[in-house]
Amino acid sequence: MSLSTRDVSWVVGGRRIVDGVTLDVADGSVVGLLGPNGSGKSSLLRLLAGVRSPSSGQVLLDGVDLAGIRRRDVARRVAVVEQQAQTELDLVVADVVRLGRIPHRSTWAPEGEDDRAAVAEALARVELTEMASRSWHTLSGGERQRVHIARALAQQPQELLLDEPTNHLDVHHQLDLLDLVRRLRMTSVVALHDLNLAAMFCDRLVVLKDGAVVAAGTPGEVLTTGLIADVYRVRAVVTPEGPGGVPSVRFEPGPP
Amino acid sequence: MTTGSISAAARGVRWTLWAAGLALLALSIAVAITIGPADLSVGDVFSVVGQHLGLGDAGVSRIRDGIVWELRLPRTLLAAVCGAGLAICGAIMQSLLRNPLADPFVLGISSGASTGAVMVVVLGVGGGIITLSTGAFIGAVVAFAMVLLLAAGAGGTPDRVVLAGVAATQLFSALTSFIVTSSADAEQTRGVLFWLLGSLSGAGWHDVLTCGAVCLTGLVVCIALAPALDAFAFGEDAASSLGISVRWVRLVLLVVTALITATLVSAAGAIGFVGLVLPHAARAVVGPGHRLLLPATALIGAIFLVWVDTVARTVFSPQELPVGVVTALVGVPAFAVILYRRRVPA
Repeated sequence: MSLSTRDVSWVVGGRRIVDGVTLDVADGSVVGLLGPNGSGKSSLLRLLAGVRSPSSGQVLLDGVDLAGIRRRDVARRVAVVEQQAQTELDLVVADVVRLGRIPHRSTWAPEGEDDRAAVAEALARVELTEMASRSWHTLSGGERQRVHIARALAQQPQELLLDEPTNHLDVHHQLDLLDLVRRLRMTSVVALHDLNLAAMFCDRLVVLKDGAVVAAGTPGEVLTTGLIADVYRVRAVVTPEGPGGVPSVRFEPGPP
Repeated sequence: MTTGSISAAARGVRWTLWAAGLALLALSIAVAITIGPADLSVGDVFSVVGQHLGLGDAGVSRIRDGIVWELRLPRTLLAAVCGAGLAICGAIMQSLLRNPLADPFVLGISSGASTGAVMVVVLGVGGGIITLSTGAFIGAVVAFAMVLLLAAGAGGTPDRVVLAGVAATQLFSALTSFIVTSSADAEQTRGVLFWLLGSLSGAGWHDVLTCGAVCLTGLVVCIALAPALDAFAFGEDAASSLGISVRWVRLVLLVVTALITATLVSAAGAIGFVGLVLPHAARAVVGPGHRLLLPATALIGAIFLVWVDTVARTVFSPQELPVGVVTALVGVPAFAVILYRRRVPA
């Protein structure tokens, strides 16, 4: 268990955004984080990344409390892909990917051979090598997310955290992006909205409601008519053995 | 292999550019000190400089020696230092606040300085012991402290810092106007107004050394934090996930830029537009990476202000224009171009 939490909570302005979450992410697995808007998915990811500090409980990296690890050392282990991160600056693709080397470089050192190699490899893994000198502002949404994944890979992390990476992408690019995450074979936690995508690409699912875990397990165990009615307040028909042997969810109008 | 040789070649070009830039700055200063209303030949000017650098007797009268060594040279050097310092501060503010319209005065420093200055000049605070410069410096620091407290209390995000800066700017501008309109005579008002618009007249070696030392120290600190500034490209959470201690870096950079700005403003008044426009020009030349951007911004700012000040003191000679007026006259059209190029597609 490289990444785990123990009864972790995050309270802001008296509101409990994340409420006593305990979870373990198995090495090399892709864990989907599900839940309606405002259920605490993004906040939990920020706690996992150490970008926010928990109000109580612990986030553990290889069993060590994240609070005791320097930010820079965390950034060499855990990389984050935010949803829709934007910039005003006139950067090219390679500039963005190069940001991933910041935690690896010392203050006065120029870019070294290992930095260049890591950037080149990251670009190759997301198949953007040819676009290295394209301006960020000319990229499509799907390309931008791939660049962010390349930047994350340039950090050479062991864990990858993605916050709704498929937001605003068309169906083709949604499938493409999650297939890429899958093929990276890294320990990953992905916040998702689409239940069918979650079933297709995740090994395990964790469902949040009001900041607390209400279900966790394989897609087959988690995605049931009852759970969807309870968490999302919609009526759904679940085919347990859908295409590819994973559950398939279809929604129906009307109250659950 | 090819990438290695290309980057080696690129590095060679880069060093050549730096050398050319520094040579241009030295040349600009050398030319600027030969220009002025006093009837001095180019030969006289350089023999004075040579004499002070220990290269033999110039054989020039004391008055002429004074014009070159006590007036023109410190003034031109202060212009270079102010241009460099204000431009760096602008570049940092724009990156830190993720706002292309930020400048060194966004934290209320210039209006705080003006309040401090008029309190000394008009109200006589300090009983003649505190100089206008010291009063301005204290005013600037008070305004900055107020902005920092207000911004921290409101959450410390970039937009809160900007809003706190706007509030402080309004407050201290109002205080300055209040003091000037209620107490100052015409002579004082004119003097204060001239200073408020930025003026390098009366610059001495003391100003050059103080401002130079502060700017150089600040530049070193900021270049050391260049990777952190790069990391802010996609916002504070992104910077944090790249291993940057966001609160710490933000505080250090705000304090360093505030001290640079306060020192420069107390020596030369609020010279506008240098810190707003020149970072954009530098970005267009060397790109957004701060390790290159900050020294390039400093160099471009220094060269720019040396020439602008030369124009300001000679165009309507013997009447002198406040340098801030000339920077604005040059800066506003440049700014319009930036706005136009950043226009939102209709």
